[in-house]
Amino acid sequence: MNPFATLARLVDEAPRRALLLLAAFLAVLLVAPVVLDRYLLSVFFLIFWFATVGQAWNIMMGFCGQLSLGHALYVGLGGYIGALLWVKFGISPAIAIVPAILVAMAFGAVIGWLGFRFGIEGVYFALLTIAFAEVARIGFDNWSFVGGAAGFFIPVSAAASPVNLRGGPMLFYYVALAMMIIAFILCAALRRSRLGHAWLAVREDAEAARALGIDVFRAKMAAVVISAAMTAVAGVVYAFYQNNLFPSQTFDIARSIEMILAPIIGGLGTLFGPILGAFILTPLGQTLIALVEKIAGRAIPGVNLVFYGAALMVIIWFTPNGVWPWLKKKLGIPEGRE
Amino acid sequence: MLWSLYANVLVQGVLTGLVYGLMALGLSVIFGVVRVVNFAHGEFAVVGMYAAFVLFRSFGIDPFLSMLPIAAAFFVIGYGLQRTLINPFVSRPEHEQFILLVGLAIIMVNGTLMIFGPDARSANLPYSFDSWEIGAIIVDKVRVYAAIAALAVAALLFAFFRFTATGVAIRACADNLVGAAVVGLDVKKLYALTFGLGLACVGAAGALMVTLTDATPMIAPAFTLLAFTIVIIGGMGSMTGAIVGGLLIGIAEALASVLIAPSMKTMASFGLLVLVLALRPQGLLGRRA
Amino acid sequence: MTPLLDVRGVTKRFRGLTAVDTVSLTVTEGEIFAVIGPNGAGKTTLFNMIAGAMTPDAGTVTFAGTRADGLPPHELCRRGLARTFQIVRPFPELTVLENATIGAMMRAPDMEAARTKAGEVLRQLDLWDRREAKAKSLTLPDRKRLECARALATGPRLLLLDEVMAGLRPTEVDRIVAILREINRSGVTILLIEHVMRATMALAGRIHVLHHGATIAEGTPEEVTRHPKVLESYLGAEAL
Ligand SMILES: Nc1ncnc2c1ncn2[C@@H]1O[C@H](COP(=O)(O)OP(=O)(O)OP(=O)(O)O)[C@@H](O)[C@H]1O
Ligand SMILES: [Mg+2]
Repeated sequence: MNPFATLARLVDEAPRRALLLLAAFLAVLLVAPVVLDRYLLSVFFLIFWFATVGQAWNIMMGFCGQLSLGHALYVGLGGYIGALLWVKFGISPAIAIVPAILVAMAFGAVIGWLGFRFGIEGVYFALLTIAFAEVARIGFDNWSFVGGAAGFFIPVSAAASPVNLRGGPMLFYYVALAMMIIAFILCAALRRSRLGHAWLAVREDAEAARALGIDVFRAKMAAVVISAAMTAVAGVVYAFYQNNLFPSQTFDIARSIEMILAPIIGGLGTLFGPILGAFILTPLGQTLIALVEKIAGRAIPGVNLVFYGAALMVIIWFTPNGVWPWLKKKLGIPEGRE
Repeated sequence: MLWSLYANVLVQGVLTGLVYGLMALGLSVIFGVVRVVNFAHGEFAVVGMYAAFVLFRSFGIDPFLSMLPIAAAFFVIGYGLQRTLINPFVSRPEHEQFILLVGLAIIMVNGTLMIFGPDARSANLPYSFDSWEIGAIIVDKVRVYAAIAALAVAALLFAFFRFTATGVAIRACADNLVGAAVVGLDVKKLYALTFGLGLACVGAAGALMVTLTDATPMIAPAFTLLAFTIVIIGGMGSMTGAIVGGLLIGIAEALASVLIAPSMKTMASFGLLVLVLALRPQGLLGRRA
Repeated sequence: MTPLLDVRGVTKRFRGLTAVDTVSLTVTEGEIFAVIGPNGAGKTTLFNMIAGAMTPDAGTVTFAGTRADGLPPHELCRRGLARTFQIVRPFPELTVLENATIGAMMRAPDMEAARTKAGEVLRQLDLWDRREAKAKSLTLPDRKRLECARALATGPRLLLLDEVMAGLRPTEVDRIVAILREINRSGVTILLIEHVMRATMALAGRIHVLHHGATIAEGTPEEVTRHPKVLESYLGAEAL
């Protein structure tokens, strides 16, 4: 599997019109910061970030059919490792992503082993993933070295330093955009690879996959581990964007749920779904917050989320396969293609 | 004396565990029959808590009394929900059911947040601090009442499934859907009844819960998780399993919070969960799929 | 000729029921071997034990000279044993080509080669025109052929076919018979379960007859059809 070869092939195969559209879209995103204010930059950061983690989660659920409801675990692990190494030892996050990835992979492997070895599936497996995120939350809550429940803070430094992820919203805009693009290419490459096909087979029918020579356990393990690694990288970036980590927020199940909405709404198992979903949901959430403030004259906690919940129900009611497959049909892209 | 400490903890764990069990029973019954995991379960428990809280504060109705109208109201809500919202999703994939119910959960939890605010509310029953002393063991009266009430509701439900024609029909649906439809059972109606009963359980459990702990919207996901854990430990779809699981979790939580640290409560139940998943994935009283 | 598959006294019990009762059979490299028997005779269960989907309660399975019982299905597939499912199990949301590619990728050096191999197999089984269709949109005969194509794409030495002709019309059966002959001629040994007697007689060199889990006869088609026990318990009702 070679991402560059895949990229070349993707470019080769895609219809001209779609390619032009995509290029225009990317170009707009690249120059957009010129006109965006701080607030909008942060909204776009969130869109890109959710698209990235959505892409990572989609590997597990969309490709391999394994429902994880505890992906906040990997975000948190990545975030804490990146922040700790930087604050306590002065190690750049650019280097810290390596241990962050490794630790997240290790945790993913433990969860996967426990789940898949014993044939735990569906909601049972989902609960196992939640349990691990909760255990991590409690563990970090009680671990004074990382600040415990009072949180861990990354000092804001005046000097911008992009490799160390120190800088303004503009820096994070581009970092997150790069992450989203890389995640997309990586997933596109995986989707076409041997492993990707093995995942799809497992998702569709594990028994039949096994009969065709696919080691189902290994395929599932690969999915968790790769997904965990990608999520951990996003976790490092998020921690440096926020400059603080609180176990109760970082590992919260609400966070895990937030992370998986974009790919489901956008289109499970598709490459554009997570991105499209993030572009729908994040602005929707932000608009609702702004709207409530405007109408009520002040922030009322909860109102925007009530609408958000309603929006989720409406979307899943009308486009059960996600928005992307529906949009694809409207755009006249054939079914077998992305 | 150390043993008296253990005995106290154990008794408390058992009593709380029975209320947990009732809450989980609702989830288990719904899953066992309708095959939908009610991811908004904890949210319903919280709404039940607030309902009991309001009835007590505004009208002075004791939660042990108000649990009956609350359960009845929840039954109606559950019946209606299944008929309108859930039923179209019964045969859809798990993750779609999940999104639907998560959407519902988000609305419920934030709705309560809007109405009641984020602060914890306590019912402050007049007899909240009364207790009995039996030798070295001290038991809170409310906890005993709550446990008895939980047991009574659970017993009613068991009796319903065992002795009434409708209950038996619902069990037939759970065992063999196609068969049930073939012999002419109105599956949709039975599903709605089941969902109603499941919510009645959780509504009653919520009313009882308000006598034991403070109500806050933010506790809802933890309740969902708790009920989910109990049901998996006991065995998905097994009614006895839910009660047994509730007891186990109640005891494990009580022990962990006294012996290790209060914050370790949840750890203990997850430890138990991982153990059960590894050794007996179908749950203690579950049947293998 | 060397035995490719050697089944020695395998037994499988489901609670009280003995689905397969000390069955032994030997399949030689290059032949077409059939297992027949009435409904519930234990044919599929026997297949499941050979293919690694179930472990026998007693007895051994030897494939290509090595012990095979207890090995997982994917390992057996790697060693050259491919099977189809009686109740077809295509990957419904994937295209026909993707279905076959997944079968082919086990032995292919890269995905391009896998797709090429998948294409060949699809042509061989008359599915090439449907390659872009999702598997769930196929008709039953097409699905049965896809099931074969996928198994064949793994490049097996032994192909286990579980009633791939059931529910097909006579012309479709004839077509499959021709295809299977061709596959066999290309060097693939075939072990098939069939209800369609005409096809079985035409294809198989040797036939093994099961009844209530036990062997009642084995031999050439002529021998088997003359066997009194077979006539009595199985073929009696059917017009031959
Ligand atoms: N997983 C199982 N659990 C319990 N009983 C089973 C199982 N699989 C098969 N059986 C029983 O074992 C017996 C043999 O079944 P099997 O499927 O092997 O028969 P078969 O010869 O393939 O029949 P058919 O021609 O209908 O396909 C049957 O009585 C069946 O009910
Ligand atoms: Mg069979």
